[in-house]
Amino acid sequence: MSRARGSKALGAFALERLLNAVPLVIGVIVINFLLVSLAPGDPVTALIGEFPAPPEYVERVRAQYGLDRPVPERMVRYLGSVVRGDLGFSFANRQPVLELVLERLGRTLVLMISTVVLATIVGVVLGVWAARRPHSGVDRGATGFALAGYSIPEFWLGQILILVFAVGLGWLPAGGFRSIRADYVGWAAVVDQARHMILPMLALSFRYMAITTRLTRASLLEVMNSDYILASRARGLSERRVLWEHGLRAAALPIITVIGYNFSFIVAGSALVETVFGWPGVGRLMYDSIFTRDYPVLLGILLIVSIAVILVNLLTDVAYALFDPRVRY
Amino acid sequence: MGLSVPAAPTAVGGVRGFWRQFRRHRLGVAGLAAVVLLGLVAVFAPLLAPYDPFSTSRNAFAPPGSPGHILGTDHLGRDVLSGVIWGARVSLIVGLAAAFTATVIGIAIGAVSGYFGGWVDELLMRITELFQIIPRFVLALIVVAFFGSGLTNLILVIGILSWPQTARLVRSQFLRHRSLPYVDGARVVGMRAPRIIFSEILPNVMAPVIVVASLDIAQAILLEASLGFFGLGDPNLRSWGGMLNTAQGFVQRAWWMSVFPGIAISLAVLGFNLVGDGLNEATDPRLREGS
Repeated sequence: MSRARGSKALGAFALERLLNAVPLVIGVIVINFLLVSLAPGDPVTALIGEFPAPPEYVERVRAQYGLDRPVPERMVRYLGSVVRGDLGFSFANRQPVLELVLERLGRTLVLMISTVVLATIVGVVLGVWAARRPHSGVDRGATGFALAGYSIPEFWLGQILILVFAVGLGWLPAGGFRSIRADYVGWAAVVDQARHMILPMLALSFRYMAITTRLTRASLLEVMNSDYILASRARGLSERRVLWEHGLRAAALPIITVIGYNFSFIVAGSALVETVFGWPGVGRLMYDSIFTRDYPVLLGILLIVSIAVILVNLLTDVAYALFDPRVRY
Repeated sequence: MGLSVPAAPTAVGGVRGFWRQFRRHRLGVAGLAAVVLLGLVAVFAPLLAPYDPFSTSRNAFAPPGSPGHILGTDHLGRDVLSGVIWGARVSLIVGLAAAFTATVIGIAIGAVSGYFGGWVDELLMRITELFQIIPRFVLALIVVAFFGSGLTNLILVIGILSWPQTARLVRSQFLRHRSLPYVDGARVVGMRAPRIIFSEILPNVMAPVIVVASLDIAQAILLEASLGFFGLGDPNLRSWGGMLNTAQGFVQRAWWMSVFPGIAISLAVLGFNLVGDGLNEATDPRLREGS
């Protein structure tokens, strides 16, 4: 019975968070709208970019967004077109913005997800290792590593990795998504793409390894002094089992949370790293769009990424509540 | 006045006691040294730099150790060392000014939110949440691309996008302090809200705010460098991020063009991060090791 009540409370909590997210999404759209209206020059430039567009199209955009109408009406029209999934057209790429961004999103997600997985594994292992003997050499090493991770910009790290592993040692490709000259198929193609992903992934994951290491260490040190750990030690469990099974279970929650809430920083890092390595994802698209002054693409990315961040935060909240019922009250 | 107002809980020891605490944190002291060095380089850039950071020469791609160019030259023959030295100025100005802007906004919003509560708090916290969720880098990029990447714009954009953490912190502190006896006392003697906020509560909650501010400086330096790397730095100034943007095209040919500006960014960011950690331990008794 209490279980049923618990799950109902979780549903209510999830619904509450979902409702909470609605004003945020609207806020994001309003900010986008303000950027369009505040952009220097003709607002139509912000919607089309500085690409020479056919005059009929310019007139159509003017009418569609009601650029000659008062601000509230324009706002409503803009909201309407966003809801319909119309984020404008990229003349530089000759493609609707939504389609273009979604097409590039896959490659960015592959990079981001493998980064999070790698960073979590390495960070947790290092954090546990450091927490086992606080103030030992290993602990100091892990702390130093974490400090470096917080301070080194990922785009510079990317350049250094290229210098060492591509230019110096010649082990890995310096950039791109796959080998253009060789026409690999099947497994060879997978291996080829994986080889191209190693350096960007390392550059991007360094900061999150650092964050996860520091956090794992801190949460473990906190938990290891608690009563139930003492109890499991008293029951005669080996120190290793106490650490990995009990300690880590308690530390898992803050780790999940921090990854969820850092999602928007991973997005920024990914944009920079993609630019260094010529990885054809959303980040690289952003970099290119600045130079072609393709404003609708930039605004579209801001909108889509912001909504993605809201969703990830929502999921993180719910995951947290699932593991720790206390937050629901 | 006849009424005795209860004293606020103040940190013991004053400046000297604080320094004694801070000195114990060795990494914090190292960070402070890096920050002081950065400051000196920034202030004395015109005296320290051997060349004008923009002056080109025929001596392009000179490797480090070349006569007259300790850190080498770039593709236009510009001295890398002079660029790194002048870049310290840009990073420090943007870092300090943007963090200051963010702190002022954060204090104002957090104080009003925490002191008054109610619907004001609800509304302000929603706005804070919005600013926390929007990807800072992407928004900064668009604003700078639209309105130009002059130094003032960079400072304002980074400052305006960096206040949420301070606001949340100040709010939670105000929530705690507003019902403490010394604040009740101030109300009883007829003090008005602005004065209670600024001269009674604020001084007591500044310690953690300063910690966050020093971490904000590190973040602002990183964000400015990231924008510079995207080609959106101040075009009239030589900045570390801008140098790395140029270096991107020559990674295979001139490693020194990316190595040295990157070390400079990392050291500056590390310095402010360490100072933040050190301040945190020195001001928060719970974190003091060995006590």
